[in-house]
Amino acid sequence: MTDSGNGNLLSVQNLCTYFETEDGTVKAVDGISFELKRGETLGIVGESGSGKSVANLSIMRLIPDPPGKIVSGSIVFDGRDVLALSTREVRNLRGKRIAMIFQDPMTSLNPFMRVSKQLMEVTQLHLGHAKKQAREHAIKMLEHVGIPDAHSRVDSYPHEFSGGMRQRVMIAMALSCEPELLIADEPTTALDVTIQAQILELIKRLKAETGASVILITHDLGVVAGMADHIIVMYAGKVFEQAPTGELFERPGNPYTRGLLRSVPDPTDEQGSLYQIPGQPPDLAHLPPGCPFAPRCERAEEICRREFPPYVQLTSERYSLCHFANEVYAESGEQV
Amino acid sequence: MQTEAQPLISIQDLKVHFPLAGGSLFRRSRQVVTAVDGVTLDIYRGETLGLVGESGCGKTTLGRAILRLTNITSGQVLFRGNDLAHLSNSAMREQRRHLQIIFQDPYASLNPRMTVGQIIGEPLETFQLARGEAKKQRVQALLGMVGLSARFVNGYPHEFSGGQRQRIGIARALAVDPDFIVADEPISALDVSIQAQIMNLLDQLRRRKNLTYLFISHDLRAIRHVSDRVAVMYLGKIVELANGKTVYSNPLMPYTRALISAVPVPDPKVEAKRRRIVLEGDVPSAINPPHGCRFHTRCPYSIEACSQVEPQLVQIKPNHFAACIRISPEEPDIERVAPGAAPGLL
Repeated sequence: MTDSGNGNLLSVQNLCTYFETEDGTVKAVDGISFELKRGETLGIVGESGSGKSVANLSIMRLIPDPPGKIVSGSIVFDGRDVLALSTREVRNLRGKRIAMIFQDPMTSLNPFMRVSKQLMEVTQLHLGHAKKQAREHAIKMLEHVGIPDAHSRVDSYPHEFSGGMRQRVMIAMALSCEPELLIADEPTTALDVTIQAQILELIKRLKAETGASVILITHDLGVVAGMADHIIVMYAGKVFEQAPTGELFERPGNPYTRGLLRSVPDPTDEQGSLYQIPGQPPDLAHLPPGCPFAPRCERAEEICRREFPPYVQLTSERYSLCHFANEVYAESGEQV
Repeated sequence: MQTEAQPLISIQDLKVHFPLAGGSLFRRSRQVVTAVDGVTLDIYRGETLGLVGESGCGKTTLGRAILRLTNITSGQVLFRGNDLAHLSNSAMREQRRHLQIIFQDPYASLNPRMTVGQIIGEPLETFQLARGEAKKQRVQALLGMVGLSARFVNGYPHEFSGGQRQRIGIARALAVDPDFIVADEPISALDVSIQAQIMNLLDQLRRRKNLTYLFISHDLRAIRHVSDRVAVMYLGKIVELANGKTVYSNPLMPYTRALISAVPVPDPKVEAKRRRIVLEGDVPSAINPPHGCRFHTRCPYSIEACSQVEPQLVQIKPNHFAACIRISPEEPDIERVAPGAAPGLL
């Protein structure tokens, strides 16, 4: 394994991915930057339309063009510029060194194909396995992700598995070639809590075993709290806040992060009215001038509606997109 | 606080079984999905009763059965002196005025070809409550009540966001001034920041209009927040029932404990320390549910007797009910019960 010097497996700089629609240009991802070290887990948190999924599809070069386009920025994976790779080179990267799992396993499993065949395809293609070897590997992977009786179940069709088991099959497929980066896009959102706990434990275990880096995309702050080393919070295509996990929860430096944290009911607390962020998520085709969160922000002042906020560095590892980032950071410090 | 009150709805040994299609022409399949299997439950006026469980546990079927939106196999649903389970269709239709439902998917539960005004006004016409100018005014008042501007009245559902659509669904349910509302996963399809808005709105409306809710959700955090009492359901049965705080802080059932321990907490310090009870396997099929206690196949405390004896929902502590033979009022803590003992077994 080669290293690009600074320990970063992935570095995304100023990435912009836009979509042309009838309504005008939708800036789904608009100038985001982040880095991911080897063996680390990065949590990307955001609501629907925040751009978190588009950001990761961009890394995989899976943006449908047209209507979408990576307009600018750079994506460097293990020292190589992903955006400069040929289609063929990208295909070699995908599935082998970067793998992805999705919210709904049925969207990535072929319903007409036996699981065995789907799993074998991956290693036959990327690792040059012969048929027999690929089949053995498929069974091994299914055992690895905790599918009971893998020998007989390997020839089942996807619909013969339950939701949690299907998610395991997808994880087995994603991990077949021991990828260095696993992108998990809402991997547990469609699952029940007890199954979610199983899948999260599984991802943790496999990550520890293989040393892979993980990008975990979710809307659930609880999920990232237990899984991620660093978190970025996205809103309207922008990174609103970026921080090590512990610090973000303890001392949010952005009004949006603070609002999100407060709007999750705390089961240990007495009942009362729950904090709510007012208003609706913005329409990305018609963003207001100034800060996109300003219409919903409790901290907003006149300048927020007029000028786009600066990206303020709070500590060596922390950034917040807000005119009043330092003030918000200081306030949350007092509350602790 | 509700114990002295009369229940608004009293469910007695309710069963909903769905026969499975299949078998041959001469021999019909005997297989049956036991979606709801003997539920007895009182819902008191003015309370929010939370109903929590994993997918396939029968919580939605129970909610729909109370409103007779699905056929009831046996049992009773008493409401205002009527047994809803045995009313004629026309008599039931009259009762529907008092019983409403809010659905999970705000995208699928509104007719895309009707304007907001038509959607909210329809029940007013069906029950002949208002027409003409009076109807118009009532619709506007309802929009205001759920926090939507009156100018939305001519809009179509696709013009609205998920949270706004859910508000429209709530306004439609409120149009007929119901007593009781089944809220079936009303926030699951919504963004985090919108979930809090809808929870607060439902709670405000309950206080203002003295409504009674059955709040169905798989989200324990939400259930704990909105509910006075919480019922935990597993494979067609209620396995634990107590006030919301107690269920969360002192659960008696191993299943409830596992469920609560599985909920991720948005606090890294808690997450780092917590010991998760990870349940093995999936929820078994409701076609052939396990004998005895239905949870025994996944329960870390199960003993031989658990697979033979069907546990009853009994009061273990004051107003705290659980269905487990391994605990009893004398020994409510399953951790302290001697290995192999079943004090709840009579």
